[in-house]
Amino acid sequence: MENLNNFQLLEYAAWGISGVLGLWMLFDMIRTNAKYSESTLISSREGEIEDVLVIDPPHQGGHR
Amino acid sequence: MTQSTAIHGEKVSLLRVLGPGHVWALGVGIVLVGEYMGWNFAVGKGGALAALIACWTAGLLYTCVAMIDSEVTSTVAAAGGQYAQAKHIVGPLMAFNVGLFLVLAYTMLEAGNAITAGYLVQAVGGMAGFEGVHDKPFIVLTIVALAWLNYRGVFATLTFSLIVTAIACFAIVVLFAAVRPWTDDVLKPGELINGLPYGWLGVIAALHFGLWFYLGIEGTTQAAEEVRSPARALPLGTMTGMITLLVAATMTWYICVGLMPWEYLGQAITPLFDAARLTGSLWLMVFLFVGTIFSTLASANGCINDASRAWFSMGRDRYLPVWFGAVHPVYRTPFRSIVFLVPVALIFALGAPLDQVITFSILSGLLGYTFMSFNMVMFRRKWPLGSIRRGYVHPFHPLPAFVLLLLCSVTYFAVFLGYGTQLVAMMVFYIIVSAWFAFHRYKYVKRGDQFTMAWPRPVGY
Repeated sequence: MENLNNFQLLEYAAWGISGVLGLWMLFDMIRTNAKYSESTLISSREGEIEDVLVIDPPHQGGHR
Repeated sequence: MTQSTAIHGEKVSLLRVLGPGHVWALGVGIVLVGEYMGWNFAVGKGGALAALIACWTAGLLYTCVAMIDSEVTSTVAAAGGQYAQAKHIVGPLMAFNVGLFLVLAYTMLEAGNAITAGYLVQAVGGMAGFEGVHDKPFIVLTIVALAWLNYRGVFATLTFSLIVTAIACFAIVVLFAAVRPWTDDVLKPGELINGLPYGWLGVIAALHFGLWFYLGIEGTTQAAEEVRSPARALPLGTMTGMITLLVAATMTWYICVGLMPWEYLGQAITPLFDAARLTGSLWLMVFLFVGTIFSTLASANGCINDASRAWFSMGRDRYLPVWFGAVHPVYRTPFRSIVFLVPVALIFALGAPLDQVITFSILSGLLGYTFMSFNMVMFRRKWPLGSIRRGYVHPFHPLPAFVLLLLCSVTYFAVFLGYGTQLVAMMVFYIIVSAWFAFHRYKYVKRGDQFTMAWPRPVGY
């Protein structure tokens, strides 16, 4: 470990952050798949102009 | 705070939160990295003057693309962009191919950007005196971190693109002003431009890399289902993006050919950064390095956005397993498509050389542009002006479509000169997957459900 320089630490940090974010996405995807029915998840239809939704009103991108 | 049950019990769709600025950032953000690196290989193919001819010829090609895209997309307001256009105007087999062109073009471009970002960080480590520095951790970080951003929501994703793209654009303008182009104190274009060393064949060969000035501007259409006003925002964002790129491309060319001999410029890896180094100004060097990194990140970010929308749209129509057509109920993004494309991008980024990755991306893009010329003629024939409401009507039809087709044909020849094997391999790949779709996959498609636009019957049907 005493041979580690600052750049190597940066490399390990990059691997670590990548791992955390990758696992977060996988975990959230699995959790979402389990939490909502498949018919809800694939209910989007092309070309629907009216944004009638839906689920989870607090998460409207701050635009309501 | 999340809610596990649906209020209306049923629907979840992509979120309409984007404005024209985001559309501009999506288009210019994907492309601007081509100004920072890559375009200059055109100089190596045919000299500085050939690169300028290629720059403006490709600019004409992409102006046609932007005009055609703006008109069609202002009526087909759906994620998937050209894929959705092909489905409604030409037919399912064309749509399947166009969808794949888009996914491969953007995923490979994303991989190319990640390779470049990794290289730049590695180069900084080397310049700082560190030994045994690696690029792979930063390649992986670029792809995974930007995929995570895309997963979490389109508004934050494209706002990020807007900020970094604006800074990268501004860096080019600042460099242009700093070299005082109105004097000959710094720039010496008269001494460095040497005509056409390889004649007109060199000009045609240069076209291959002339595309890098604009490759990806057509990606603005992928945002069609997430902009607040598609009929206004898409044409506005796309056309202003094209104007930005034409100006930035010409500035970039003038700065670089005025500072570097064509023999060096033709093989430089980071020409704009090198130009900043030649000015001798430390702050300009730092600013252009930041611009280079930001343009790379903006491009990779936009590519993830676009590739995932195209993949998602194909899944939603069952051209691919419908599992990919899911929208995240909280973040309102095509989350499964985003996650699925992460390992695909990693395989290309870690396992293939940069020039091959970029060439496959360019070829997929070219196939898409060729489709657009046919698509536009069919669109006007089936639905003439006045039959459906258009947010934008492009002028001089059918001239842009014919010009586009002609320029695509010349560019195929240019690519064939340098990468003939890849061109043939790509064609074989698309023929095989077309056969798979026609003979196997299409039976799973719900044929009536895929045509969603409330258009009148086409003329002649």
